[in-house]
This record gives sequence, C-alpha cells and structure tokens, in this order.
Amino acid sequence: MNELDNKSQAAQEFLKGLWKENPIFISVLGMCPALAVTNTAINSLAMGLATTFVLLSSSILVSLLKSVIPKQVRITAYIIIIATFVTVVDFSLAAFLPAIHKELGAFIALIVVNCLILGRQESFASKNTVGLSILDALGMSLGFTFAMLCIGIPREILGSGSLFNISLFGDAFEPWVVMILPPGGFFMLGFLLLGFNWYAKKKSQNATDNKLAK
Amino acid sequence: MDNLIWIFVSALLVNNFTLSYFLGLCPFLGVSGKLQTAFRLGLANIFVMLITAACAYVLNTWILIYAPYLRLISFIIVIASSVQFVEMAMKKLSPDLFQALGIFLPLITTNCAILGLALFSTNKGYGFVEGMVYALGAGGGVTLALALLAGVREETKILNIPSVIQGTAINLLIAGIISMAFMGFAGLFSS
Amino acid sequence: MTEQKENTTSKIIEEKETSSLKLILALGIAGLISGIILVGTYIYTDPLIKANKAAATQRAIFKVLQGCDSFTTLVLENNKLLEKVNDSDNQDTNDKDELVVYAGYNTSKELIGFAIPGSEPGFQDIIGTIFGYDGSKKVIIGFEVLESKETPGLGDKIFKDVDFQTNFTSLAIEPEIVPVKKGEKSRANEVETIAGATISSKAVVRLLNKTMAIWQQTIDDYIKENNLKVASNDE
Repeated sequence: MNELDNKSQAAQEFLKGLWKENPIFISVLGMCPALAVTNTAINSLAMGLATTFVLLSSSILVSLLKSVIPKQVRITAYIIIIATFVTVVDFSLAAFLPAIHKELGAFIALIVVNCLILGRQESFASKNTVGLSILDALGMSLGFTFAMLCIGIPREILGSGSLFNISLFGDAFEPWVVMILPPGGFFMLGFLLLGFNWYAKKKSQNATDNKLAK
Repeated sequence: MDNLIWIFVSALLVNNFTLSYFLGLCPFLGVSGKLQTAFRLGLANIFVMLITAACAYVLNTWILIYAPYLRLISFIIVIASSVQFVEMAMKKLSPDLFQALGIFLPLITTNCAILGLALFSTNKGYGFVEGMVYALGAGGGVTLALALLAGVREETKILNIPSVIQGTAINLLIAGIISMAFMGFAGLFSS
Repeated sequence: MTEQKENTTSKIIEEKETSSLKLILALGIAGLISGIILVGTYIYTDPLIKANKAAATQRAIFKVLQGCDSFTTLVLENNKLLEKVNDSDNQDTNDKDELVVYAGYNTSKELIGFAIPGSEPGFQDIIGTIFGYDGSKKVIIGFEVLESKETPGLGDKIFKDVDFQTNFTSLAIEPEIVPVKKGEKSRANEVETIAGATISSKAVVRLLNKTMAIWQQTIDDYIKENNLKVASNDE
C-alpha cells in the first residue's frame, strides 16, 4: 500500500508542473526570459533546458542542505546556490554552444532572477526529500519549457516562416514580422493565456453542468 | 564611445527596457494598476539603478578581472545591498517617501531590470559616466512603461472586459500595443 | 508519539540557539560549495571560451581579407600601432574592440590589408561590423556585419542583400565615403543605399568614415615604418 502511495505521490509532484501548476500559464512566473528569447523555437528550447538544469541542480543542493541552512539566511543561501548554477550554465554554453550563447546573450544570466526557481526552493525543495524535489523540479521545468515552446514555435512560424531554422514556406511567404519583434511576444503570450483561460472556464462549466445534471 | 544622448534616448525610448527587453515586468504584472504606484515604483527603480550602475562599473573594471566567474553573484549582492541602502537612506531623509514606497523596495531586489542593467552596461563596456546615463535612461524607460501601462489599466477598470481575457491576458495585450507604438521611436537621433 | 513530541521540543530549542555564528557558518558553507563549483567550471571552460572567441575573430578577418592566411593583432598605444604579443591575457569580454586592428598576410607573408572592427548606432541599435582595408590603394576590400538588431526584412538587408555587399569590393575612402541612391553610383567612393533601409545604410557609411578617421593615419605610419611588403592583387 505504502509503495503505491509513494509512487502516485511522486507522479503527482512531477505532473503538476506540466499543467495544473504550469509556471507560466498559471502562476505567471518567469515572464522576462519567456518573452525575450521566444523569437525562435531553438532559443525557446535552449532557454527552457538551461532553466531546467538550474532548477534541477539548485533543488537537489537545497534539498540536501535543507537541515543545515538556518531560516534567517535561507533566501540568501538559495540565491547564492542559484547564481552559482546559472554561472555554470552561462560558461558551459559559451564554451560548448557559442552560437546559442550569442543568441540568448545576457538572458542566460537573468535566469537567476527568474521567480520560478527561487519560488520552488522556498516552497518545495527546502521542505521535501531530494527524490521528491527532483521530481518537482523536473515537472516544473518541463512545464516551463513546454510553455516556452508554445510561445516560440508560433512566433517563429508566423514571423520568419521557419521552424527550428528550417524554412517552411519558401520565398513566397510574407512573414508577419511583428511576431519576432517584442510586441509579438506580448501578443502571443496574451493570446495563449486567453486560450488557456477559455479552456479552463469551459472545463469548469462542464463540471458544474454535470453536477447540476446529477 | 557611443554618444551620451544616444545612450539615454535609446534606453528610454528606442530600446525601452520594459517594452523591448521585457525586463521589469515581474513586479508590474503582480502589482495593482494604479498610476501613483507605478510612478513610485519607477522612482525607486531609478535610485537603485543609479547605485547599481556605479557599483557594477567599479566591480567590473577593477575586481572582476581576477575572478570573472564571480560576476553574477557579486552583482546580486551589490543589488541587494543597494536596495538596503536606499531603504535606510530614505527612512532617514524622507520618511514620507519611504512610507509611500514601502513594500516596493524589497521587491526590486529580484527585479530583472536592475540585474539586466548591470549586465547590459558591463557587456557593452560602458564607462562610469556612460553607465550612469544608461541607468537614468533605463530607469526612466521602465517608469515610463509602467506608468503608461498602469494608466491604461486604470481606464480599462470601467470597461466591460470578458472574463476570459481579464487579468494578465489583457495586460499583456495592452503592453503589446504600447510596445508596438514604441517601435516608432526607432531611428530617433540617427540621421 | 512521545518520540515526535521530544523531537519537536528539541527542534524548538535548536532554533532558539541559532546564533550569528551559525548563520555565518551556514553561509560560509554555501559560499564554499559555490566557490568550488564556480572555480572548477571556470578552469574547465575558460580555455574553450577563449578558443571559440579566437576562432570567431579569425573567421571574420579571413572573410573581409580575401586570401588571408595569417594575421597579427595591433593595438593603438601613444598614437602608434604596436603588435600585441600575448593576447590571451586579459581578453576583454566587452565590445571594446575598436582599439584593435588586425594585419592580414597571405601565404607568402605579404600584407593583404587590415581588418578593422567598428560599430555605430543604426536604426534600432548598434551595428557591429568588421571591414577589410587595403592601406596602399586606400580602398575598402571587404565588409561583414557581426552584430545587428536592425528591422527584419528592411534594415537587416545590410547583411542579407547581395547588391549592397558589392559596394565594398573596392570602395575608395578618400576624401570620404558618400551614400547615394540606388542606381546613382558614379564614383569609387560612393555607396548605394538600400531602398527602404536608408537609415541603416547611412549608418554603415557613417561607421566606415568614423572608423577610418581613427585609423587611417596610424595605419599609414605603420606600413611605412615597418616597410611591409604589400601583396600585389590581380584585379
């Protein structure tokens, strides 16, 4: 019985980040990088994966050290840990994937002020086991990456006529340039949130309808 | 290097920190859409940005050449300290302003715009004066953007907005339109 | 049950005893761990990063100086150009590359020209470029945009438009470079602007003039002083 409970709890912690508590669509966290680098799909993916690495490693370290870090200085300690891993990602990208590093630029370093990561440390990793923290971090980061791609893929298709740098429509396509410019980021996320809200509303409508019908 | 006027105008209008780089959105989307609030938040931003720009320049030029991997951590420490310092100074010098700004000051610590300013201006290799001018322009730009967005939001409060689009969604769409308007500033000062 | 109560009581006592020493110690530990990770990463990645930068610089130089096989880095000091011997120390991570030019040589060690970096505010933001300059004929022989945030579809034609590129195969710099409308180029020192992207094109012209004003004299001096053998081009 216990094992089944553990497994389902673990699954819950992982899955919640993907949809129910999706960091961008529900909690509206981590706005800054989301909109700035989603002008191409590759950049969105790269930013999502970089954030995944930082969130995962920070959560592991924070969870390991949770009994050692006193309450009063916990935020400072979290920030030091997060900044460390962000620097690691920054230098690693510059060394191994210089093209992507150039594209993402200073926004890699800005992962450190992504409210999502600090939020997860404060509300989860500091209070749970390493195993669960890993699952939570993975779920949240995958949800984040998924959301980034949801913004980035349409922006690239509409704004450049390509996907992952592969031209889709050939020369005849007149790109909707504003989509790869800053306003496009605002619009795309706004419309996605709109869609999300509409879907959530419909779902709750159906639920209440079903309840009433009973 | 770059003309000082260009640096200022570019940060304020052409490449506005909030509307072109999406920095400084974090507090905005979470804080209420009152015009007064926006101005105060912007003002606090400018204070902290000026101090941060100065410290970032000093750090970058003389200390970080020995340990470039400490850049991010040291910038964050500088920002957190600047915020503390501004808070204390305001408490002593202008308690009214401190009361009014109250909650916003600690929020600035994790504000992407301040760290973004430190990173951008050191990446571009700006000197001390250039850095301060850049901070002024950037801070002004953030204030301008926040004020515009708050102003429009105040207006929309009396409108009949469908519930699906209420909240963050409509704010983003409004921000997008203002961002498009700011695109018109491109080409300013480059004859 | 009593065990739990005992645990909570001892926890409360523990929390009350968290002295400043413990706080400093905890932060110290976090700092130490972070320090180890950072230094380790730095030691491992720094040579790779520097190698990437050097490769990128070399690629840019070879692109604007046709036939270039090797190059030396020249720094401006006291109004004279001096060869930079060891450029792996203190490599700047910022864009202050205007203080440096590169002298390119072909396989027979003859001077082809100088690759000069330059940047200038364009329509949207700064345009970063590097261009090739033949010091003996006083013409620009190559041009490459390194960084641009110009409007996609309009300003970005400064690096996408093939016709615009042809302006720079043999562009005379004297008395100065002048922008003209498309189809009106009649002299060697004129650059045809791109229709719909005049501001970006003019920014490029401004950039070239400004940068040449900085370097022209010192490059002339350098060539004379060092009696460099200049490669003869087959036109």
